[in-house]
Amino acid sequence: MSLVEVHGLTVEYDTTRAVDDLSFSLNKGAALGLVGESGSGKSTVAAALLGLHRGTGARVTGSLLVAGTDVQRATDEELRGLRGARAAMVFQDPLSSLDPYYAVGNQIAEVYRRHTRAGRRAARERALQVLDQVGIPDAARRARMRPHEFSGGMRQRALIAMAMACEPELLIADEPTTALDVTVQAQILDLLHSLREDTGMGLLLVTHDVGVAAESVDDVLVMRSGRAVERGPINTVLRTPAESYTRELLGAVPRVDAPTAPRAAITGDALLTATGLRRDFGRGRRSVTAVDGVSLTLHRGETLGIVGESGSGKTTLGRMLVGLLGPTAGTLAHGAERPRVQMVFQDPVASLNPRRSIGESIADPLRAQGEREGARLRARVGDLLQRVGLDPAHYDRYPHEFSGGQRQRVGIARALAPSPDLIVCDEPVSSLDVTTQAQVIALLAEIQQDLGLALVFIAHDLAVVRQVSDRVAVMKEGSVVEYGTVEEVYGAPRDPYTQRLLAAVPTLDPVVATERRTARRALTPTW
Amino acid sequence: MSTLTLRRRPLVLRRLPGLQGLGGFLLRRMVSAVATLLAITVIVYAVFYIVPGNVAQITCGERCSPAQVHQVAAQLHLDDPVYQRYWDFLRGIVAGRSFSTGTSIEHCAAPCLGLSYRSDQQVTELITAKLPVTGSLALGSLVIYLLLGVGTGLLAAWRRGRVSERLLTGLTLAGTATPVFVIGLLLMIVVCGQLQWLPFPQYVPLTEDPEQWAWNLLLPWTSLALIEAAKYARVTRAAILETLAEDHVRTFRAYGLSERSVLGRHALRGALAPVIALAANDFGSMFGGAVLTETLFGLPGIGQALVSAVNVADLPVVVGMVLVTGFFVVLANLVADVLYAVADRRVVLV
Repeated sequence: MSLVEVHGLTVEYDTTRAVDDLSFSLNKGAALGLVGESGSGKSTVAAALLGLHRGTGARVTGSLLVAGTDVQRATDEELRGLRGARAAMVFQDPLSSLDPYYAVGNQIAEVYRRHTRAGRRAARERALQVLDQVGIPDAARRARMRPHEFSGGMRQRALIAMAMACEPELLIADEPTTALDVTVQAQILDLLHSLREDTGMGLLLVTHDVGVAAESVDDVLVMRSGRAVERGPINTVLRTPAESYTRELLGAVPRVDAPTAPRAAITGDALLTATGLRRDFGRGRRSVTAVDGVSLTLHRGETLGIVGESGSGKTTLGRMLVGLLGPTAGTLAHGAERPRVQMVFQDPVASLNPRRSIGESIADPLRAQGEREGARLRARVGDLLQRVGLDPAHYDRYPHEFSGGQRQRVGIARALAPSPDLIVCDEPVSSLDVTTQAQVIALLAEIQQDLGLALVFIAHDLAVVRQVSDRVAVMKEGSVVEYGTVEEVYGAPRDPYTQRLLAAVPTLDPVVATERRTARRALTPTW
Repeated sequence: MSTLTLRRRPLVLRRLPGLQGLGGFLLRRMVSAVATLLAITVIVYAVFYIVPGNVAQITCGERCSPAQVHQVAAQLHLDDPVYQRYWDFLRGIVAGRSFSTGTSIEHCAAPCLGLSYRSDQQVTELITAKLPVTGSLALGSLVIYLLLGVGTGLLAAWRRGRVSERLLTGLTLAGTATPVFVIGLLLMIVVCGQLQWLPFPQYVPLTEDPEQWAWNLLLPWTSLALIEAAKYARVTRAAILETLAEDHVRTFRAYGLSERSVLGRHALRGALAPVIALAANDFGSMFGGAVLTETLFGLPGIGQALVSAVNVADLPVVVGMVLVTGFFVVLANLVADVLYAVADRRVVLV
């Protein structure tokens, strides 16, 4: 018996076709992963299942049968009866997905009352019940809190609780763990897994992360530009992908267990030596220590990876290394000559001025160095653009004309402009798709080889850091808990926190994933 | 250990983020309010000192002889240096002062804002006589234009893009664009004159006859509200539409809530903050600014008294009235900030 039956689904916005003639079905209690890069149309499909495109101007054709409701033909009232009751959706960003003004418990109760005849008291009790079910400790107290008083993982649990309130037959999860840290991601995926075991509901998991899908679904559908590229049991697709795009996608996924290219021993002299770096924010009793006693040495020609979860202080440390922030205590010593330091930021959109051409943006640091001659600036910027794989003729184009990966290349060109000795990259690839990510990483490695720079690579993604780094510092709550070569840290982690982080990284092998899940269940508490 | 305390503290702080440290907040705001009011008095004194014109001559009248003018100046201490007069004024507020009115000595108890140059009446008495009038006007119209404005805004957001929304927006805009004496006069002629549904407004104190108080003020309230409501309608509409674009609204739509619940419960709540901020400002300034309405309907309020005091250079009355107006502006903003924190628990009062 089919829970979801989609035939020839096509969704068109003004001029673009987001989903193109897509068909798939999902059986009761089964789990299907919709995997694709940004712009592949996967989230559009998820929204179409609940008829959320109605009234938005998007044209939806094809047939959609979801939990017994013909979504295309249903009246608005019938659709509302489906949404949240028989098919519930969990969104990516759990902070913005809950109403900031109301207590979490009341929001869940409101949804429950919408679909049942329950009274206020019964609805409140149901809210507590589901909050408890999704592993929120002390649910009675926490139900009265507002979303901002929850941590990221707890918010996502609360949203899942809202989804579970009416015992839906289908759970649609749209990038449910993308905004979360890797350890929290593992917990949420485990939670979804056990909820499915307990209730027998079907799951449609939309994700860009093949690893996340490998952990959670039985079947997978790979999408690209609105079309289905490949489908089949997750095991088969991941092990023996039939399509070249799938192979490309899988090949680009950074892995913590893939062999790394042997790297030359670091012979360069010390560029920067940090000793006991500490940084506080705020004063008095509200003061928070973001970085607490970090010591490390950076050599010419090496890449130091700094890895940690959100709030671990890695960005603050990076900013201190560049000199954007002064340390509260500790020293930052350099050799005879002060090294020139540049920074590449996470968000290539926000870190480029949208009103200036990219050539002008790249020329800024050169102007700051005193170069005024227009022709020389243009020539130098042209070289830089070529260096990062862009066309020098793009000088006069504006940031919005470029894709995310290209913008990040512009950011790198700007950092290279003043011929720096050290570049600090703060999450340079975390907003990019895996295939683009792989290209940008390759570019950084190549530039480093050619110019002999030192790189500091800050990221939350352990696999990415492993791929690019010579040495790695693992940060937790402001301190470096583990510091060593890539082989040491990833091959034989000594700190329990590093071990936990590595255990939480999704693997591409579903069999290994299942084993790990069992192991995690035995080890960690439920929240 | 340090990490433990780091984790624990925010939890305690978060339990009542809106009200946490309310005492400290009020204290800080009180200090800044007193400073603000002092600054206002300094400015008013300075302005009066700088602007040309012989206050004694104005007070005494055009026909006074130079000797009489001189006598008035001496009696009103106009010959004292300005800092001396300002100091006496401040001392009067704290300790009270005595005035000689030529024939007798009048004692003015603290808080003393001085005597009117014109009538020898105590400024505090003048204010206590006129404050209820202005207060009634401000409070009543506030209630009406909040209901009218927020209601219209909500309706406009709900019917966005349709004819009824354009009609509503057009109507409220017309309300704003029409001066109060046009709307008020029209209403008075039609409602009181032709239809005789309401009495021609005449202030009846609330304590004397609540029913007559309300009936008499209904027209002034409505006139003011018709003018103010458009602003609130637009702010409410814009804020609701902004909230409607947020992710959490999408969540509740995806959970089957009707458009009415989404709008009325979730989107409207997000629109409260800007409305509160706006209302606080308007309510405060209405204490000094409803001159036209007061004049039109013949209500003996603060605004009217202030204007006539300025005309005759009656410094003590002007300073007193400005102080009262300032006090209500500061107070309204304080209340708004507290309401703000109650409405949105993410706001921390500092």
